[in-house]
This record gives sequence, C-alpha cells and structure tokens, in this order.
Amino acid sequence: MLERLRRQDTRLDDYIDRYAARAHGMTASAIRALFAVANRPEVVSLAGGMPNITDLPLDVVGDALNDLVLHDGRRAMQYGSGQGEPAIREAICEVMRLEDISAHPDDVMVTVGSQQGLDLLTRIFCNPGDVVLCEAPSYVGALGVFRSYQCEVVHVAMDDQGLNPEALTEAIEALRAAGRTVKFFYTIPSYHNPAGVTQPLDRRIELLRIAEQADLLVVEDNPYGLLGFDGDPIPPLRSLNDDHVIYLGSFSKTFAPGFRVGWVLAPHAVREKLVLAQEAATLCPPVFSQYAVTAYLMNHDWRGQIKIFREMYRERRDAMMAGLTSHMPAGTSWTKPEGGFFVWLSLPPGIDSHAMLPRAVTARVAYVPGTAFYADGLGSRHMRLSYCFPTPERIIEGTRRLGEVLEYEARMLEIFGTAVEPESGRLALGPREAPGPDQT
Amino acid sequence: MADNGYLPTVVVLSGGLSHERDVSLRSGRRVSQALRSRGYEVVESDVDTSLLSRLAELSGSVVFPVLHGEAGEDGSLREVFDLLGVPFVGSIGSACRVAFDKSIATTVIGAAGIRTPTQVALPYETFRELGAQVLVRALGDQLGFPMMVKPSRCGSALGCSKVTRPEELPAAMVGAYAYGSVAVIEEFIEGTEVTVAVVDRGRGPIALPAVEIRPESGVYDYTARYTAGATRFLCPAELDPDVANSCADAALRVHGALGLRDLSRTDLILTSDGEPVFLEVNVSPGMTETSAVPLAIETAGWSLGKMCADLVHAASARGGKTDPLRASIGAR
Ligand SMILES: Cc1ncc(COP(=O)(O)O)c(C=O)c1O
Repeated sequence: MLERLRRQDTRLDDYIDRYAARAHGMTASAIRALFAVANRPEVVSLAGGMPNITDLPLDVVGDALNDLVLHDGRRAMQYGSGQGEPAIREAICEVMRLEDISAHPDDVMVTVGSQQGLDLLTRIFCNPGDVVLCEAPSYVGALGVFRSYQCEVVHVAMDDQGLNPEALTEAIEALRAAGRTVKFFYTIPSYHNPAGVTQPLDRRIELLRIAEQADLLVVEDNPYGLLGFDGDPIPPLRSLNDDHVIYLGSFSKTFAPGFRVGWVLAPHAVREKLVLAQEAATLCPPVFSQYAVTAYLMNHDWRGQIKIFREMYRERRDAMMAGLTSHMPAGTSWTKPEGGFFVWLSLPPGIDSHAMLPRAVTARVAYVPGTAFYADGLGSRHMRLSYCFPTPERIIEGTRRLGEVLEYEARMLEIFGTAVEPESGRLALGPREAPGPDQT
Repeated sequence: MADNGYLPTVVVLSGGLSHERDVSLRSGRRVSQALRSRGYEVVESDVDTSLLSRLAELSGSVVFPVLHGEAGEDGSLREVFDLLGVPFVGSIGSACRVAFDKSIATTVIGAAGIRTPTQVALPYETFRELGAQVLVRALGDQLGFPMMVKPSRCGSALGCSKVTRPEELPAAMVGAYAYGSVAVIEEFIEGTEVTVAVVDRGRGPIALPAVEIRPESGVYDYTARYTAGATRFLCPAELDPDVANSCADAALRVHGALGLRDLSRTDLILTSDGEPVFLEVNVSPGMTETSAVPLAIETAGWSLGKMCADLVHAASARGGKTDPLRASIGAR
C-alpha cells in the first residue's frame, strides 16, 4: 500500500507565507507549555498574577448588574463613546484622587484594561525600530506590546528603590549619541511587576527631573498603586508632573479583571489621538463593562473593599516572606514588597531559573523565570514569585518545595560546575515564556 | 463500529501532570473530536483523584489514553486499568514501561537486530561519584562530537540538546536532568529524520507511510513540533521504495519486539546509505494539529475518526483483562 500514494508536502499552515514580520516571533514555547501543569491543584503556582477576587461580594455585584440590565439595559448594551462613558470617566477621576492625582474627565480615555492603553500608546507613538526604555526587569505584557510594534526595548537597571537615575541618564545619552530615537520610558513606580520594589518620593522627583531635562515622555503604569500595605500611597509621577507623564490605570486589581476596564490619562493633544486610535481599534470600549464598573462603584463601599483586598494581600506577602526566610538556601536574596503581588528572587550564581523550571514543575511548584521579563534574554538568575492567589499555607508550602528544588540545583552545579551559559548568549525568547492571563 | 451497532462510551484521557500536559490536552481534543464525528459518546477526562470513580460510573466504557510523558506512557495508569478490568486502547503497562525508557527500549531494539545509536544512560549521581570532568571527557572520547543528550524518560524533545563541543556538555546534562534523574548520551547520527506509525485495526499491525520531517530551523525541537509552519512534512517520505520498505519493516519490528498493541510511532534516522537507525518509540504518539501520525493516516487515505473508532472497537472486543501470556511477552 506504500506505493502510489499522493505525496503531501506541507508545513501544516497554509498561510505561513502571508504573515507580517511582526507575527514571526509567535511560536510555541516549551517553557510556556509547562504553565499548563501549574493550573492543576497539585501544583502550588507562584507563577500567575491573577488577582484574588475570592472576597468580592458577588451578591452586591449581582444585584447591581441586575438593576443595570433592568433599568438601563438599552443604553448599557448600545454602542457608546470612543473615549468612554462620561459617568465612568468621572468616577475614574475620583479613584485617582485617592492618589492625589487631579484630572478632568475630558482627559481620561477608557481602555480595554490598561493593557490596551499600552497598545494604543505604542501605536500612536512608535515606529518600527524606535527605542522604548524599560526597567530591567519589566512587565511582560508591556514587552509583548513593544515587540508587536517592532520597537527596540532597552532595559535600564533598577535598584531596591526602582529605576536607577544614573543608569537612565546614561541610557538616554548613549542612545541619542548613537542617533537613536527614544520615544518614551515606561515605568511601574509602585509595587513593581515583577521586581516588587517601589520608588520613594525623592527617586520619583529625580526621575521626573531627568525626563524633563531630556524632554522624554514617561509612561507611568500604576495598576497596584492602591494596594500598598503600609501608610499612604506615594504620589504617582502624574501627580507631580502633568505634561511629561502619561498615566495608565486599571480596575483589574482594585475590583475585577474580567470587566477589562482600564484608562489612560494623557495631555489633551495625546488624548485626542488616543481616542481616534481607540475608535479605529474597537469603535468604543465595551459599554456594558463600563456601566457595570460604574454601578459597582456607586452601590458598594469600594474603598472598603480595597482595604479588604489590601489586608488579604498583606497576609499573603507576610506568608511569602516567612516561607522564603525559612526555606531559601544561602546565596538567595529577594525583594520585600510593600504592596502589590510580586517578589523578585535572585538565585545563587550559576543557577538558571529557566533551565530548572521543569524540575520545579515535577516538584509541584511553579514560578516565572526571570527571562520572561527581559526583551534581551537576560534574567536567568532571577525569578518572579507571586503571592496574590494561593492561601498563606500553600504559599509557605510552595517556598518549601522551591527550596528543595534549589538544593538539587546546587548539587547539580557542584557536579557540573558553571553549567549555565553566559547570560548574553541566550536567545531573546522572553515575553512568550510567561504564563497566559488565564493561568494561575 | 461494534458489530451490533452498539457504540461504547469512550473516555478520552488527556492532560495529566507531565511536562507534556499541554500537548496531551491538544491531542486529546483532536481524538475526542474525531471519535465524536463517528458517532461516539466521548467523555474527556483529566487524570486526577476523581478518575477512578468516574470510570466506575461509566462502566462498559472504553478508555482511550492520549497522555504523553510519565504516567501516561510509562505504563503505570494502564496497569491500573488492567487491574480494574477497564478496556483501553493501546499497549499494556509492562510493554509501555520498556518502551518509554529510551535506554531500555534501545537495548531491546538493538537486540532485535535494528541499528541503534551507541549510547550510555547515566543517573546524575554517577557524575558525582566518578567526577564530572573525567566522565565528561570520557564521553567525548568514546562517543565523539556532535552527540545527543536526552532525558531517558520524556517526549516532545524536551530537555534534548545536540552538543557540538565539550564545553557545552555540562549545560546539556543539566538541561536533561531537569526533566528526570537519568540522562541518555548518545552518538549523533547524521541523516534524514523520518517517523513511522504502526496501527493494528484488528487485522494485525501495518505500517503507515513514513513521514519525513524537515524543521525549518534545522532542529526538531519543541517549537518546531508545535508551531504550525515551523516544520515541513513530506508524506510519504521522499525515499526509494526499498528504503521506505526498510523503514516500515523497522517500525513493525520495533512494535513487535516490544510487544506493543494497537498503535505506536517509531522515530528513525536514515543514514546516507539508507539504513534506518532507531531513535525512540512512542506508545501514545502526538495527535495534535501539527503531529505526524494524523498526517500519515490522512495520506494513507483513512480518516483519524475511522482509525480511532477501529481502535476503540478492538479494545472493546478485547474486554478488560489482559491475558497473562500477552502480558509476559510485553514484559520481556
Ligand atoms: C504592570 C502591569 N500593567 C498592566 C497590566 C494589565 O492590566 P489590565 O488588566 O488592566 O489590562 C498588569 C496586569 O498584570 C500589570 O501588572
């Protein structure tokens, strides 16, 4: 039967020669596939950054949505404004006031999560090859956006107070001397994802001074600003400067991510371009979601709810700190987050977080290798641990398992010497290697 | 289709806790769809603590394991099905145990007269006991470069690397040990990559047309396997008829020597003089959109649905308990 069969000659994708250059990096990744295992209850996942909405009062939300449909359904289910509904833009200004940002609803544009804000900003500002400055490490979702617009990401070093001012100055000077166009610098000043650090006020002032001097735009991404564990929030960059800073906000962490409602606060001219870009992208952001969020804000003590979230995350942060202190081997260090979801762990020299992930999965614990947060392939000596989702007991158990894995890695290192390739030799695979948004 | 028109419920098992969970879920969806297209009632199930009670509720059903890696392919789950008298598609546990371990399978296949790469299987402790530097040097001297380093029990090319220089060997070893405690180090065989599926639809095993694999990147790694477009497949492979026959023959002999049942896929390298060299065999071959077996089935003029239905029918007719004689052949 082997003869006379018609030969198939196929790459199993009939469209393969038609994709744009920007789709070329969209490939399967073994590391990313491992996160499928992290979904299983046997695994303690310290990988995903899913907000923990267990404490949301579903009855309150349910009643508000019911009322919404019954009383305002025809408007809520209709097309709306490209800029976003007026009522929610007013409410957004009220939310921002909690962090000392004063803004007019006209300067706010609603987005499909702050993720879309990043997308639209990059769309209106960046040509292929333009440079975007990012922290080292930076938010994986932002790196994905910058990559998809074919920007070049240049990372700027951080210290335990966030972005390092000297490194920023040097990077700007070096890039400009090389004739490169730097379009903006993207920063997460509070409770950084993934680094878990926060810029103190004087650092913020210094960074803004540098940006002004260099006439560089700052994109401030602040989804966690209200989730600080101690004291009052540190003023966002936007509250200190309103012409060099474009601000991204989100209800994903203070309410719920499923509505996909975030916003951009931008200088007037930029906002106008953004609205046109938004109309081209979606016609208008989801009207029903905006009405739903507004109804929630009006019918529920959302400030009290944020306090509840904050305490819940604080308890988990404490568990993470306790677990790491008990179970991490010598030579390991980590950041001590004052808010948000994440801890950045640095491993003893020679241990590669990327290479050891399969073993961790076998030991039923998951994390995101540091390489996901770099556009240039660095980061293998680090990992991101998130404490937002598992219970405190599970977090501690997770650190225990991780400690065992690291011990094993140390033994391997002892046997094989510095088996790890030099960091610079690695292929830049970063952003695809983080878990997808649906994975814990 | 069952003789009296009665179709058993099929429990398609996919997922599990292995490193290939994601691949398995994709394979499972495809097999489930294929069976549904033939009129079967399909229950898709993960492997978890509720599996056995689920199977008890669905008594009379046939299990179709589409699990890759560990528990799915090492035979452990199949031993449980056997014990419980649940009919299932595919090879019995003891045969899987031998087939899944690359080093053990290679030994058995070599003894059956098929060429295999020169290889050693080493747990990491051996490196500690003998000293890694000395052992790495000895491996280089004996096997030469390039060489292949693989976890002995894993699929989808996870943890595999081609090592071209001595300095790369330690990192490759660490990469393989990340997936399991034993690594296989073997000579690299230059040649054409082909894979041959063997299917037994109740009238004895036959080999499907060989699939030739030409990854665009040159390496058939995880990305090349599961990104549509990243690999060119030719089926039947562009081979002289006698070479094609010797590939088919090798795959059938592998299937027989290991006492495999229903379905297997043997990966071969064809040397420049047309000799097939055994690389590994899969008792639960990938069934994803980018997998070779569905392509071979299509080329042969069958449909995936028909083939899966035939396998279910055979399993159902066989019933639950493996007869001890066959089991002992598998355990050889
Ligand atoms: C720093 C940062 N920016 C943006 C986002 C995206 O959030 P949204 O749900 O608003 O799109 C996240 C979510 O994890 C984040 O951590």
